[in-house]
Amino acid sequence: MSSESLYKDLTLSVPETTFSTNRRWLPKRFGAHLFLIAACFIIGFPLLYAVIVSTQTNADVFAYRFTFGNALADNLNVVMNTRNLGTYMWNTVFTAVAVTVGKTILSLLAGLAFVYFKFPGKWLVFGFVLITLMMPTEILIIALLRFVVIDLGWGSTYQALIVPFIASATGTFLFRQHFANIPSELSEAAQLDGANALQFLWRVLIPISWNTIGALAVIQFVYVWNMYLWPRLVITDSSRQVVQVGLQSLISTDTGITYGPLMLGAVIASIPPVIVFVLLQKQFMSGFAIGRDK
Amino acid sequence: MLVDPILVVGIAAALGAAFLGVTFQRAGRTPALGAALGALGGGGGTLMFMLPLNFCTFELERTVEDVFLGVLLIAAGMALLLVPLRWWFVVRPQRRHTPQVAQGTFKGWLMPWLLLLPTLTVLVLFLYYPFLDTFRLSTLIVQPRARRTPFVCMNNFTGLLGDPAYLRSVLTTFVISAAIIVIGLLLALLIASVAYQPIRGAGLYRTLLVWSYAISPAVAGLIFFIIFNPIAGIANYFTNNLFGVQLAWFTDPSLAVLAVVLASVWKSLGFNILFYIAGLQNVPNDLREAASIDGASTVQRFWFITVPMLSPITFFLVITNITYAFFDLFGTIDTMTAGGPVGATTTLIYRIYQDGFGQGRISYAAAQSVILFLMVIGITALQFRTTARRVTYGA
Repeated sequence: MSSESLYKDLTLSVPETTFSTNRRWLPKRFGAHLFLIAACFIIGFPLLYAVIVSTQTNADVFAYRFTFGNALADNLNVVMNTRNLGTYMWNTVFTAVAVTVGKTILSLLAGLAFVYFKFPGKWLVFGFVLITLMMPTEILIIALLRFVVIDLGWGSTYQALIVPFIASATGTFLFRQHFANIPSELSEAAQLDGANALQFLWRVLIPISWNTIGALAVIQFVYVWNMYLWPRLVITDSSRQVVQVGLQSLISTDTGITYGPLMLGAVIASIPPVIVFVLLQKQFMSGFAIGRDK
Repeated sequence: MLVDPILVVGIAAALGAAFLGVTFQRAGRTPALGAALGALGGGGGTLMFMLPLNFCTFELERTVEDVFLGVLLIAAGMALLLVPLRWWFVVRPQRRHTPQVAQGTFKGWLMPWLLLLPTLTVLVLFLYYPFLDTFRLSTLIVQPRARRTPFVCMNNFTGLLGDPAYLRSVLTTFVISAAIIVIGLLLALLIASVAYQPIRGAGLYRTLLVWSYAISPAVAGLIFFIIFNPIAGIANYFTNNLFGVQLAWFTDPSLAVLAVVLASVWKSLGFNILFYIAGLQNVPNDLREAASIDGASTVQRFWFITVPMLSPITFFLVITNITYAFFDLFGTIDTMTAGGPVGATTTLIYRIYQDGFGQGRISYAAAQSVILFLMVIGITALQFRTTARRVTYGA
């Protein structure tokens, strides 16, 4: 069956269940189930294949075996002991957590300043922060690398991976929008009780903002975990390298491509961001909804 | 000098004065004030770029391209000052909102600045300073270990415009972006149009459809590097068994582009599906019901009601996919093809990387960054315009 006719068949079944009677002879919405299972399989296939290869020897790969091999322990030994996957993973975990936490704190403070204070030039400062949305790191990479490596002397350091990324226009904007929707009675009551701004943030705002914090955290965590160009340039010492770039070192030995270890590394490097994203899907979506709802 | 700098500034000031003077008069404000501000804006805008460049584009030995770029820079500088001035004095007073009553604000003039200090420091040091430095570098010749960095005016830019390899990367970037958007969004819409409906196990299906967002571009490149591997890859295993052909995925230029596009479509499919599902759930059912009573077929309802209702989401996804193809794609290209074969998958960002760090042509790469920045501005402007329009319609 061509995909087009399958598609027509599926869309036909849509309104029938929403506002008319059902078909009789098949299980409820059989076509839609079939289609979705096929879609999940096709999307899952590349990763499934990577998982299968990661348990195989090169001989299994060349023989096109589509079953699990028994080389998983050997491959794991190669990536962990012969190569430094463990070090790379640790560097990435440390960087991703540090940037996510730092970004959340700085954005919370900036959001607090923009919503709960009056000061001259507020709109100008807000514009100054917002305009950085138009400056992706990639277009600054030439000058940024010169500044960080030559002027600051931060080549191959953790701070080079962390500090440039802990301020965020997105995060500031997100918390400003969120705080602006919180009734002002809360901060008035806090002031009557004699609380200052930081106490108000800590005791009142943060406890009611976990959804927004989660939204920013999941977006930033996945972003930093998957960063590639910057660490590839600024880290030249392999003991400080992050996993996305470090995977390159698994690609080959003197005897050619080592398929199993390479795919095992790719799978291991993908597990944390996928888990975080799947668990925080709802927050992830709401983060975009707040950001877009100006 | 082809033209006297003072004359250039004078003309720009006169143009600015005329522009703001007329605008002020139309808005019922004192034209003289507008003319004075306009003269300042026009003259200042000219000096913004021309003073650092020392009016080099108008020197006698320069080419037509240089003069043209010089005029363009003056126009850009003038617009940068005049448009905000017009907004501040003419547009803003007209749409005066109800003054925001600052309820529940805390007291203290120092505190807000202390709270903003970390954010502003990082933004100035790691975004604004490199941003301005990129412009400075683009007018010099900088090499990795050379002490001298001679000033070359617009030569890096005019060089780029006449560099076939660069123009080819512009084309490559557009082709890859277009392919990722068209294939990716159509597939995502198809899948989402089934997945958004209430169905048993909807949550599980959704999770199994969208997780690929969290896969990094580099890992996507590595997995597809193995899948399309000419010796052991299963892509050729299937094409061989089904059609009896083995394809040279990474040595044929168009096939390499296709491989990169397929890897990227797979990686971004999860994101696209996620947003289309959310969008479809917001399309009101009564519209479709009304159309169905009027005798519209399922396909008609889908194309004439659902798809137009999704246009804000589609637009958002087009922008994010363009950004993805322009920047994030670097990881995929680097792990899969390294820009090859013969530059077929060298996008703009990959060329910046190759020229700046592979070849040590730092200032040439900086000039490319400036051009890429102009493209980003274009995309952002588009984004803001449509956001504004949607807000007026929605309210």
